[in-house]
Amino acid sequence: MSETHPPEMLCRELVEVVTDYLEHRLSPRDRARFEAHLAECEYCETYLEQMRQTIRALGRLPEESLSVDARDGLLTAFRDWTRR
Amino acid sequence: MGHPSSSGASSQLDHAEGTEGALLEGIREGDERVFAELMQEWSSVMLRLALVHVESRAVAEEVVQEAWLTVLRDIGRFERRSSLRTWVLGIVVNLARSRARVERRTVPLPADVAGAAVEPARFRPPDSRRWAGHWALGPVPWPLPEDALLASETRRVIVDAIAALPALQREVLVLRDLEGVGAAETCNVLGLSDTNQRVLLHRARTRVRNALEWYFDATEPT
Repeated sequence: MSETHPPEMLCRELVEVVTDYLEHRLSPRDRARFEAHLAECEYCETYLEQMRQTIRALGRLPEESLSVDARDGLLTAFRDWTRR
Repeated sequence: MGHPSSSGASSQLDHAEGTEGALLEGIREGDERVFAELMQEWSSVMLRLALVHVESRAVAEEVVQEAWLTVLRDIGRFERRSSLRTWVLGIVVNLARSRARVERRTVPLPADVAGAAVEPARFRPPDSRRWAGHWALGPVPWPLPEDALLASETRRVIVDAIAALPALQREVLVLRDLEGVGAAETCNVLGLSDTNQRVLLHRARTRVRNALEWYFDATEPT
């Protein structure tokens, strides 16, 4: 094995590519560096898990919905439009 | 929600390729059920996009109404170069942005893509004798089960952090993480490159995470 090892990923770098990692946009080489670092670093493991928690929480915020008045107004506008 | 057709039928209005043409035909032919379902299904994402640019809920509803009227006016000319939803959401974004310009609330911000998203001071400086670039002040697990993140107090932290984001970051976060819209459609709605979209998403998510960390005071010296 004469291949040189890619340089170790630092914590400082990992936090800046964490979205690329989650979006599957890291090169295979950087993905390997990312995962190698993660296996060694409890802080970065916590960081990644907190990003995932944040994303899940964002996806579960209560939805917005139109007021009844706005919906009724739009339905009326739609009926007028179909008779145009 | 007081609307008879809103229960059960919404799953049929998926954005799959096959149904897209049917939705478009339905609206063009004046099928009120199709219109009512779309209005219901897309009202959350449309309102959230409007609220990026206008503060008042009432004004946000006006923007959404205006967007639907624009859709009805122009749907005869819609050429399906994008999906119907992409086109409709693009109309909301444009109307909300120009409303904000009129009210001079938000200046359309540059993308804010320069510099590190996480404070460099959180890490040991490059000239450290040991562990350069590693955490100086490391994150520790948050002291709550995950479900508690949505309890009212922490939800407030999340909502406030979103409200404090620059407009473009917030638009991306709304589409991707609050509404689950895919990366490609988000780029099309907002007119962003794939790379820019990802950078904006990264910065927005990082800020929300940091707000929670700050709230929990969850760091320790390494």
